[in-house]
Amino acid sequence: MGLKQSLHKMKMKYEGTKMAPAFNAIHTFLYLPNETTHNGTHIKMADDLKRTMNMVIISLVPCLIFGIFNAGYQANVQLGVVDAAAGFFSPEFWNLDNFSIGAWKVLPLVIVSYGVGLLIEFIFAVIKGHEVEEGYLVTGMLVPLIVPVDIPLWMLAIAVIFGVVIGKEVFGGTGMNILNPALTIRAFLFFAYPTWMSGDKVWVTGAVDTVGQPDAIVGETILGSLAQNNGFQQWDLMDQFLGFIPGSVGETSKLLIIVGALILILSKIGSWRIILSTLVGALTMGLIFNGVVSQGWISESSKFFGLMDVPFWQHLFIGSILFGAVYMATDPVSASQTNKGKWIYGFLIGFISIMIRVFNPAYPEGVFLAILLMNVFAPTIDHYVVEGNIKKRAKRLKVKTA
Amino acid sequence: MGLISKKDTKLILDPLTDDNPITIQVLGICSALAITAQLKPSIVMAVSVIFVLGLGNVVISLMRNIIPSKIRIIVQLIVVATLVIIVDQVLKAYAYTLSKELSVFIGLIITNCIIMGRFEAFALGNKPWPSFLDGIGNALGYGVILIIVGFFRELLGSGTLFGAQVLGDPVTKTGLYAIGYENNGFMVLPPMALIVVGIIIWVQRSKNPALVEEN
Repeated sequence: MGLKQSLHKMKMKYEGTKMAPAFNAIHTFLYLPNETTHNGTHIKMADDLKRTMNMVIISLVPCLIFGIFNAGYQANVQLGVVDAAAGFFSPEFWNLDNFSIGAWKVLPLVIVSYGVGLLIEFIFAVIKGHEVEEGYLVTGMLVPLIVPVDIPLWMLAIAVIFGVVIGKEVFGGTGMNILNPALTIRAFLFFAYPTWMSGDKVWVTGAVDTVGQPDAIVGETILGSLAQNNGFQQWDLMDQFLGFIPGSVGETSKLLIIVGALILILSKIGSWRIILSTLVGALTMGLIFNGVVSQGWISESSKFFGLMDVPFWQHLFIGSILFGAVYMATDPVSASQTNKGKWIYGFLIGFISIMIRVFNPAYPEGVFLAILLMNVFAPTIDHYVVEGNIKKRAKRLKVKTA
Repeated sequence: MGLISKKDTKLILDPLTDDNPITIQVLGICSALAITAQLKPSIVMAVSVIFVLGLGNVVISLMRNIIPSKIRIIVQLIVVATLVIIVDQVLKAYAYTLSKELSVFIGLIITNCIIMGRFEAFALGNKPWPSFLDGIGNALGYGVILIIVGFFRELLGSGTLFGAQVLGDPVTKTGLYAIGYENNGFMVLPPMALIVVGIIIWVQRSKNPALVEEN
């Protein structure tokens, strides 16, 4: 008797009891359930919620693997163990040394994120007596990718509990949440433990422990450096594009995010409208700032000069705007639902992201705040889009009947 | 019949639980957010509101038959304002640092909707003694929530209670801090007060489903 059969037997045995949702969940997660719907006509789709989620996870895996290597690579470069990587397939980057350091730091993040998050989901499924929802599968993968590599695990665990309970379960679970749960978790960490979420000590593993020593590791991100008018440091454009820079675990490699974006767009899971309009919004704001600089309205001594002077297209290469646009803004639950709404929603995310990035020294990166803000506004945008459509049609009807 | 009848006990006890001004009537939220970052101001605020509401209810109740209904709001405002100024002056005289800490929020008791709410809903139509009990009861209900919120926010946000470092010293790393614990800065920010109040409301309503509003 295979595992599937024994799981099915177990499910039958516990049918109707309190723990039934938990057993069902394991069964559904691993296999296709035995029972099918019996009557009525149904639209048949190849992708259910589980498959949709799996597709997103697949598109995230390259970022995760790169993140693991990058975590080790950044530390090793600082320590002088390896040289700077020359190209994307450079052996300085893809070696066991980098991998072992990175895996030791990143995999616990993944395990804690999934372990705690799924535990909460199971508890709520049992309390509410419904099936376990697959929503956390993606959130659990996103969370380790958007935190600094050195974040203490217990902080992550608390943030995950907060994010899943307050960000999602109180609204009724997967599909009912107003805010993106992964970003709620990040926002919680950011405001609760700011010293672990920003600054120049958290982005490269080990940097915190070496403060004040002669061989101290510097873990500044490009954004942090630009915000202090220190320029791009040693990283050139290719490093930024390929991702050999310090930053949150999974957001550095723009190349792999674009690969992930293609997977999402081609499988029609991520909305290309949102991705595109977010980038357009970011570029627009960047252009405005470039205009301000070229008009000479702002002096070089201004604390905003460093970030304003960044060529508008280069804003897409630094920070997490691309990651946010592809994986966060496109969350189908918290984003706008109407096509016109998606354009407005995305555009404002990009626009506000760059605005916060440049103007607020306390928040070196504004992407997560911008997306959370627009999450809140998404239903309003949808409302006016739908109302506008109704008005237009009513007018047309009037002309016809008159 | 004793001084406090069964009906009177209800006046005091109901606002503490099933008719709580904050969690059930959802009034007075603003001050619950503003001054609960620490326990001490929460308690001072609670005591001040008990004083203002208890006495205010009596005064309004005594005047209830002579207040013309057209100008009753103004009369009520004058009564609250007078009492609040007394509280403010006493605090300034005897607890200056606390008064500084609470800054405008003592003055803003005037705008606390619980007070006007109780004047309108109860004191204008009842005798002084029940009005007094109702005022004390509601202010206590308000105070209890304030103190619960203040307790959690100070403990988790600053690691202290009444300013005493109960979890150890974060600078020299003693107690809990020695094993890597850190204060949760989010707890000190106003949004977290709202979330803590929300959690209290959640717990209370899941314990007593009769309190859940229909939508």
